[in-house]
Amino acid sequence: MTEKNNITVHLNIWRQKYGEKKGRFVKYSVDGISPHSSFLEMLDLLNESLVKKGEEPVEFDSDCREGICGTCGLVINGIAHSPQQAIATCQLHMRKFKDGETITVEPFRAKPFMPIKDLVIDRGALDRIISKGGYISANAGSAQDANAIPIPKEKADLAMDAAACIGCGACVASCPNASASLFTGAKISQYALLPQGHPEAKRRALMMVEQMDKEGFGNCSNHGECEAVCPKNISIGNIARMRREFFKAVLRSR
Amino acid sequence: MKFDAKIPGGPLEQKWDSYKGHLKLVNPANKRKFNLLVVGTGLAGGSAAASLGELGYNVKVFCIQDSPRRAHSIAAQGGINAAKNYQNDGDNIWRLFYDTIKGGDFRGREANTYRLAELSLNIMDQCVAQGVPFARDYGGLLANRSFGGAQVSRTFYARGQTGQQLLLGAYGSLMRQVNAGTVEMFPRREMIDLAIIGGKARGIVCRNLITGEIESYAGDAVLLCTGGYSPVYYLSTNAVNSNATAAWRCYKKGALFSNPCYTQIHPTCIPQEGDHQSKLTLMSESLRNDGRVWVPKKEGDKRRANDIPENERDYFLERKYPSFGNLVPRDIASRNAKEVCDDGRGVNPTGRAVYLDFRDAIERLGKQVIADRYGNLFDMYLNLSGENPYETPMMIYPAPHYTMGGLWVDYNLMSTIPGLHVLGEANFSDHGANRLGASALMQGLADGYFVIPNAIGAYLAGTELPPVSTDDEAFKEAINYVNTKVERLLSIKGSKTVREIHIELGRIMMDKVGMSRDEAGLKETIEKIPKLREEFWQNVNVPGSGDDLNKNLEMAGRLSDFLELGELMARDALMREESCGGHFRDEYQTEEGEALRNDKKFTFVSAWEHKGDDKTPEMHKEELEFDRVTPSQRSYK
Ligand SMILES: Cc1cc2nc3c(=O)[nH]c(=O)nc-3n(C[C@H](O)[C@H](O)[C@H](O)COP(=O)(O)OP(=O)(O)OC[C@H]3O[C@@H](n4cnc5c(N)ncnc54)[C@H](O)[C@@H]3O)c2cc1C
Repeated sequence: MTEKNNITVHLNIWRQKYGEKKGRFVKYSVDGISPHSSFLEMLDLLNESLVKKGEEPVEFDSDCREGICGTCGLVINGIAHSPQQAIATCQLHMRKFKDGETITVEPFRAKPFMPIKDLVIDRGALDRIISKGGYISANAGSAQDANAIPIPKEKADLAMDAAACIGCGACVASCPNASASLFTGAKISQYALLPQGHPEAKRRALMMVEQMDKEGFGNCSNHGECEAVCPKNISIGNIARMRREFFKAVLRSR
Repeated sequence: MKFDAKIPGGPLEQKWDSYKGHLKLVNPANKRKFNLLVVGTGLAGGSAAASLGELGYNVKVFCIQDSPRRAHSIAAQGGINAAKNYQNDGDNIWRLFYDTIKGGDFRGREANTYRLAELSLNIMDQCVAQGVPFARDYGGLLANRSFGGAQVSRTFYARGQTGQQLLLGAYGSLMRQVNAGTVEMFPRREMIDLAIIGGKARGIVCRNLITGEIESYAGDAVLLCTGGYSPVYYLSTNAVNSNATAAWRCYKKGALFSNPCYTQIHPTCIPQEGDHQSKLTLMSESLRNDGRVWVPKKEGDKRRANDIPENERDYFLERKYPSFGNLVPRDIASRNAKEVCDDGRGVNPTGRAVYLDFRDAIERLGKQVIADRYGNLFDMYLNLSGENPYETPMMIYPAPHYTMGGLWVDYNLMSTIPGLHVLGEANFSDHGANRLGASALMQGLADGYFVIPNAIGAYLAGTELPPVSTDDEAFKEAINYVNTKVERLLSIKGSKTVREIHIELGRIMMDKVGMSRDEAGLKETIEKIPKLREEFWQNVNVPGSGDDLNKNLEMAGRLSDFLELGELMARDALMREESCGGHFRDEYQTEEGEALRNDKKFTFVSAWEHKGDDKTPEMHKEELEFDRVTPSQRSYK
């Protein structure tokens, strides 16, 4: 809390101008960082100093800053989100770094994620996957009583585990094949586990997987990097469930 | 200015039903001919856009984030209320209605609040049908928790991520309509102005946040679902992009702004530490179910919490409110925390925090039970503060969290500008002077799934709407406004950063228009803010250009609007010579220091009219009539 605990870090940070295909690493030093500040607050501090010097700040995305909106996402020292497990970039705190440490900061990189500027990327591909079936078709007003279908607690809990995905894209960024299988698998699993999801199960699996391929995401070859970086601990078991759902659907549509 | 709340006649319980029965309808084949512009994709905007798409309207939706799924609603933790009475504990629509109107300190509209309580049932049905994975008991039925001081257990939840799951449900429905072609999605757009043609809201002007282009969209109605304005205080529990810009521009174009001074300062947040913080994370209110709030009895006691013996601790909420104890409503818990800190008994090196202690609950129930209930929150606290709440009490302090004020709307959710509808936290309508826990999610979804699909049809069917194009003068004017503003912001090149001025505004607001207010402080604020505004326009430094992604420029634009809104909040607070809900005036308190309402003079909704940039706004009143409930003094003793 006292200023004497403040630290200095050296950043090796990716900068890329809007509309340009190539970027580069630029070095900055930030001092006077409270160890209680978050990683993004450290970047705020960097940007304040850049503005003061009349330079352009480093653009990065963030919103809730408490790990739930999925907006932020940086590769820090080679690891998507954070060297600390199961958190999003915004939940990483500077007390995890040593005074004088050098930190490399890059955007999430994957072919379907187009770079926009500096650390900001376009993840619209994930929305398009959802648009192909990441829902249950229930128009407003058409529902029966909420308690009409009992759902075993274990199933509901598993569905919730899958539904916890924040759609940040870290799974894609960490995958050697840039696969979106954990993201897509989590959504397919959530609805496969719930009775409400069954009527559309086949269509959902076929369409979402097809869209995933169309967007240029790679195949899953079981590296498991996605699970390791997932800020919400989404299990790779969801990919297995997606495969089962997909093959069931393919067989049935023959 | 004349305005009418258009509350349907008949007994309270039948108003909504009879309203629906008498609405003008749009022929199903004609719905696709109407273009609706929905701004915002939180629970209100997301659910509205999806439902309107389902009905067959042509919908365009806009949001600031890169995906509609990231709207600030995603961060809601605790739960959503519904008067299902699944727990057989005496709940019903009336009780939820009464709790909400009483919780709002009798400063809300009866008819709206009753409708909200009724719709709570439909919302739960809808969300379960969408596959929202709510918590369930072993029998497979939905689980409930009691929340925010309610005496019944009516809050439904999905772990600590209720907002996320509800929003993903609405977002899924929205994306389904995108796929069906009824809804077109425009992410990374910020609405900066409204186009009024023929006296009606007929379009919006946005800045494309990637390319910097100024874009115009014409339509038959505009739905503003842009959330609350807590970041006027700089630090709040809201997301960093939450803002008032769209609502503020509509105010300046003629929509009335109601009750701007009603803000909710939430008692259980991470305390402020220094200037490095960018937000104050909320620690769920549910923690107060088992945690005990205390400070040392002695002023300036610097001992560690665990070294302070039991008889030297002041469990001030339990002492002052024996029947509700730690579960008193948010405004009361917050104000009391502030008071003990003002007395010099606050903890943390800053002196601005109180303890929330689980020692006794762990002793009574065991560590495992506490871990089951709050494990993820304890982990979150540990990660944020570096301290372990199983061993040492949490430190918390109130932070701005929710704004009850907003654009004035009638029963149809329409503002005083015909065609401009306002939904969710952006309107003023359902919570009076204080919102109860788990009621904001309910309101956003009630507005979007159920109210607007009915109300919009009636508006469109009953209104002459000649075709308009984006070549209209109104659009040119709006574009000109935006371009001039962007250029001006970029050309000042002063010596202060946007953030520095925002921090200054936040300090003034928190000090003088925060948990307690008084005449002198408010008058001072009304003088100070225009000076700060002037400094902003002369001395801010916004780097970069307007031709691509420039977050400093976005923030500067939003701050320029907060710098005007803050003043209106102070004016409203000064005008309201009483204490009610989240608005506490030091001059108006009972002998025991509780909020003292003045029903004779202040049973009204304030509705401010913009009169021009250099003129004082004019206040209008919507008198509140209580046909069915009798305003009583809230007592939680
Ligand atoms: C941490 C936290 C926890 C909470 N927990 C609970 C809870 O447990 N229960 C409860 O009932 N309530 C809770 N609330 C309150 C509740 O979450 C909000 O009041 C509610 O979600 C607001 O929904 P909304 O749709 O009105 O707005 P938001 O969700 O804020 O959405 C606003 C939308 O408008 C867009 N937007 C804003 N301005 C513009 C513009 N100019 N142009 C284009 N788009 C714009 C944004 O991009 C976004 O899409 C909580 C709030 C916070 C901060």
